[in-house]
Amino acid sequence: MTIPKTLIGIADVYKFIVRFFRSALVPPYEWREIGNQCYAQGNQSLFLITFTSFLAGVVFTKQSQPSLASFGAESWLPSLVSQAVVRSLGPLITGLICAGKLGSNMGAELGSMQVTEQIDAMEVSGTRPFSYLVVTRIVSATLMLPILVIYADCVALLGSFVMVNAFNDSSFLLFFNEVAERITYLDVFGSLIKSAFFGLAIGTISTYAGYHSDKGTTGVGKAANTAVVISMISVFIIDLLTLQVLNFFR
Amino acid sequence: MNNLAPSSEVLAGAPTKVVEIIDLEKRFGDRVILNRVSLDLYEKENLVVLGRSGSGKSVLIKCMVGLLKADGGSINVLGYQVPLLSVHELNELRLQVGFSFQGSALYDSMTIRQNLEFPLKRNLRIFDQEVLNEKVMQALKDVGLENTVDMNPDELSGGMKKRIGIARTLILKPKIMLYDEPTSGLDPVTASEINELILQVRDTYHTASIIITHDISCARQVSDRMVALIRGESKLQGTFDELRGRNDEDLKHFFNY
Ligand SMILES: Nc1ncnc2c1ncn2[C@@H]1O[C@H](COP(=O)(O)OP(=O)(O)OP(=O)(O)O)[C@@H](O)[C@H]1O
Ligand SMILES: [Mg+2]
Repeated sequence: MTIPKTLIGIADVYKFIVRFFRSALVPPYEWREIGNQCYAQGNQSLFLITFTSFLAGVVFTKQSQPSLASFGAESWLPSLVSQAVVRSLGPLITGLICAGKLGSNMGAELGSMQVTEQIDAMEVSGTRPFSYLVVTRIVSATLMLPILVIYADCVALLGSFVMVNAFNDSSFLLFFNEVAERITYLDVFGSLIKSAFFGLAIGTISTYAGYHSDKGTTGVGKAANTAVVISMISVFIIDLLTLQVLNFFR
Repeated sequence: MNNLAPSSEVLAGAPTKVVEIIDLEKRFGDRVILNRVSLDLYEKENLVVLGRSGSGKSVLIKCMVGLLKADGGSINVLGYQVPLLSVHELNELRLQVGFSFQGSALYDSMTIRQNLEFPLKRNLRIFDQEVLNEKVMQALKDVGLENTVDMNPDELSGGMKKRIGIARTLILKPKIMLYDEPTSGLDPVTASEINELILQVRDTYHTASIIITHDISCARQVSDRMVALIRGESKLQGTFDELRGRNDEDLKHFFNY
C-alpha cells in the first residue's frame, strides 16, 4: 500500500466513526433492530464462550495448584483464580471469541450485501442502511460484550470450582465466598468497561470492513478476514491500554 | 408531415421533461467512463439506453440517484439538481425514483413480504399491518407473483427475482423508473414477459422510465425512444426504426446488419 492510499484509508475510517456517532445519537433510534442483533450476537457466541471459558477455568486451576501447593499456599487458590478470571481471562476469552465469531459474521454479511448491491438498494429507497445495518450492530456488540463477559466469568469460576473440588472436597459456598472476597468493585467495573470497548472496536472494525468491501466475491472473503484479524489485534491493544489506565487507580 | 419534427415526442404535444442530463462526466481514477453524456427524458416515456458491456450504463443511472458522484456536468431529475442535494432532499427525490438493479438486489435475509414492507416501514413509516398487507399484495399482483409472498428470495428463479425487485420499487409509487438490464440472463420468453411488465408499468402508473440494456429485442419491444452510449458519449437519439435506419458503424453489432 502506498502512503497516499493509507492516508485515504485513515480518513475513511475517521469519517465512518464520525458517521456512526452522528447516526447513533440522532433519532429515529433503531431499538427493535438493536434487540434483534443483541439476540443474534448472543446466540452466535454463547456456545463457544461456555465451552472455552469452562475449560480455561479448569486448566488454569490445574496448572496453578501444584506451584501453590509447593509453597503450602493451596488455600489461596480461589483468590488467585478469581483475580485472574475477572481481571484478565474472562474478558480476553470473550473478546477473542467475539472477534472471531461476530467479526467474521458482520464482515461477511455486510460484505455480501455490498457486493450484491443490497446496500445500494436500501440507499436508493431512502431506508438509511447505515443506521439499520451498521449502527445497530455496533451498538449491540457494545452492549452484549459486557454481558457475555459476566457470563464467561461465572462459567470459568465454575470450571475452576470443579477442579478445586477434585483436589480436595471443598464446599461450593466456601469457594465462592473466598472468590467474592478478593474481587473489588474496581475489578468488576474495569473489566466491564474494558469489554464494552472490545465490543465497540469489534463492531466498528467489522462493519467497516463489510460496508466498504470490494466488489466481487473475493471482496466478501477479504472483508471477513480483515474483520477478524484487525478485531483480534484491537482486543489485545485495548487490553493493554486499559490495564495501564486501571493501574492508576489501584 | 412536418420534417422538422425529430421524433414522436413532438407529435405527442409538448410533454414535460422529467430528467435533463447535460454533459455528464464520470471518472474512476484516470479512467474516463462517461464523457459528455446528455439526454432528456419526458413524461410517460420509455427511453432505452443502449450500450455495450462496460460502457458505463450502470454508472450513468447510479449518478442519477446520487449513488455515485458525477465529476462534471449537470443532472436534473424532477427539478432536483442531483449533485447538489442535501441528504434530506436526496431522500425526497429517491422516494420518487424507482431503481431496479441488474442483479435484483433482493434482501436475502428477509422474506418477499419483508422485502416489500421494508421501504414502506422505514421510509414512509407505515406500520398499520392492514395497509402494509394491502400494498404488498397489490404490488405483487402488478407483477403477477402473489403466491410468492411468504417465500425467501433464494427460492425464486432469476426472472421472478427481477419481478420482485420491480415490485419493491413500484410499491413506493415512483414517478420515474430506472431499469438496469431488466432482461439480462433470462430466456427469451421470460425476457419478453419482463418487457410486457415494463410496458404495463408505464401504462398503469404513467411513469417515465429509463431502460438500460444491450438486448436489442428488449429495446424494440419497450422503447418509445432510444439513445446509444458509445465510448462514454451519448450518440444517436431517435426511435428504434430511426436508429436502425442509420446504418451506424457502432450500432451494427446490436442490429446485426
Ligand atoms: N465503483 C467503481 N469503481 C471503479 N470502477 C468502476 C466502479 N463502477 C464501475 N466501474 C467501471 O466503470 C465501467 C463501466 O461500468 P458499468 O457497470 O457502468 O458498465 P455497464 O455498462 O453497466 O456494463 P454491464 O452491461 O456489464 O453491466 C467498468 O469498466 C467498471 O470497471
Ligand atoms: Mg451494468
